[in-house]
Amino acid sequence: MSTLTYAGVPVETDPEGFLRDPGQWTEEMARAIALANGIDPLTDRHWQVIRFMRDRYLETGSAPSIRALGKASGVPIKELYELFPKGPAKLAAKIAGIPKPRGCI
Amino acid sequence: MAGAAHPLPMAPRIVILGGGTAGTLAANRLSRRHGDAVEIVVVDRDDRHVYQPGQLFIPFGMEEPEAIVRSRRKQLRRGIELRLGEVDRVQSAESTVLLADGETLEYDVLVVATGASLQPEETEGLTGPGWGERVFEFYSLPGARALHDALARLDSGRLVVAVLDMPIKCPPAPLEFAFLADWHLRERGLRDRVQITYVTPLDGAFTKPVASEHLAGMLERKGIGLETEFAAARVDGETGRLISWDEREVPFDLLVAIPAHGGADFVSRSDGLGDELGFVRTDPRTLRSKAAENVFALGDAADLPTSKAGSGAHFQGETLVENVGRYLEGEDLAGSYDGHVNCFIESGFHRALFIDFNYEVEPLPGHYPEPHLGPLALLRESRINHLAKLAFQPIYWHMLLPGHDIPGIAPQMSMAGKHLTATEQGDTQ
Repeated sequence: MSTLTYAGVPVETDPEGFLRDPGQWTEEMARAIALANGIDPLTDRHWQVIRFMRDRYLETGSAPSIRALGKASGVPIKELYELFPKGPAKLAAKIAGIPKPRGCI
Repeated sequence: MAGAAHPLPMAPRIVILGGGTAGTLAANRLSRRHGDAVEIVVVDRDDRHVYQPGQLFIPFGMEEPEAIVRSRRKQLRRGIELRLGEVDRVQSAESTVLLADGETLEYDVLVVATGASLQPEETEGLTGPGWGERVFEFYSLPGARALHDALARLDSGRLVVAVLDMPIKCPPAPLEFAFLADWHLRERGLRDRVQITYVTPLDGAFTKPVASEHLAGMLERKGIGLETEFAAARVDGETGRLISWDEREVPFDLLVAIPAHGGADFVSRSDGLGDELGFVRTDPRTLRSKAAENVFALGDAADLPTSKAGSGAHFQGETLVENVGRYLEGEDLAGSYDGHVNCFIESGFHRALFIDFNYEVEPLPGHYPEPHLGPLALLRESRINHLAKLAFQPIYWHMLLPGHDIPGIAPQMSMAGKHLTATEQGDTQ
């Protein structure tokens, strides 16, 4: 168990910096996590993805895959990679304050 | 009343969509439990039931296509009707299924067991130039047969085995393919002329940490390259390149792709039934769909957070039958499915691994089903595991599909015989 401080608030995270408890998340924290990962500022398109990820996680208990994001978030996969370089599903999950997507087995 | 909201007829009608592994074992278990007290109708588009685990062996000439196909009807108990037809949509508000030929089937209980389907068109270029020439798949009988011929022609170059997206049916199958390809090429004396690379969107060889580490070690020992976190964007079959969304490239001479999977097409046409990939939104413990109280789902068709595998459908069978019974009696459902799945992993050279896990517990080393005795070795290669995999086809036709429990194999996963490792215990560090 690790503790990191985002936006002045100490939170428990996994070793890669994903929040353990999505309930501790705030929008301020999202901006801080994004900045720490090289994304600044968060645009409306970023927020659209972040809110979609969060809503989906809170509703189903798991984070959507990249293909599901591309189909349902309203943001195509190509743009997801521009918004969240390298791995959009993981990075957007981290900024959205939800646990790391567990590639379903 | 927790179950049936309206008075049910004397012999309620249970309609089961799909006559594959899950639909067949569900139909037979329901028939054995209720006899003539229910009417059971299974709907499928054809009468060919394929033993899907056999498809892996076809490219290597270790299995013949016709040896793994039987009549769907003949796997169903007497009294169960098999209706051939295409499903247009489920109208769960009216408790009806609309068939493509215009007929409407009414049901008291619906069980969706239409599995997962291949969606090669989801990946740009996959079915374009080179498809069937140097780009193949082995998740269908025609695909596996075509790959057999291509593999026989391969004498040098780059063989790439690529999982294009998750979830897929039988997640170990692509790894097994890579292991068997290594063996096959060694037998032909060509292994030093063919480079093999395994490409996956996951961050390791497998999804769960202990098994992933073990399997990555096996790939390394066999000299198979591993490319992880590769989210495939497109295939260029003309120049032989697999390209990711973040513009990484893997060159190939022969690509064995595992296409993206989705649910059956009708699921997306049915209001409220499926998620964006067409899998049925299902309660992971009770197997009741989230669309309606008289709709259930099992097997690959359901969006359960566990592996899509025949063993999963088998272990779900008991919970499904129990809960359909409870619904018909107006009782609360049992939340008894724990995500239990187990799989053989063929590793070549007449050996295989065996893994056993559920929603909470990842595959661990040990013995199964009896602690210390086995006879199956968990997460370790053995000859007995391989012999058990070969012996499984008759068990599939004669025990699993008829809906019998397999002696000594409980539907719920057991921790007995599993060794907790440092990784497992140290998860929180």
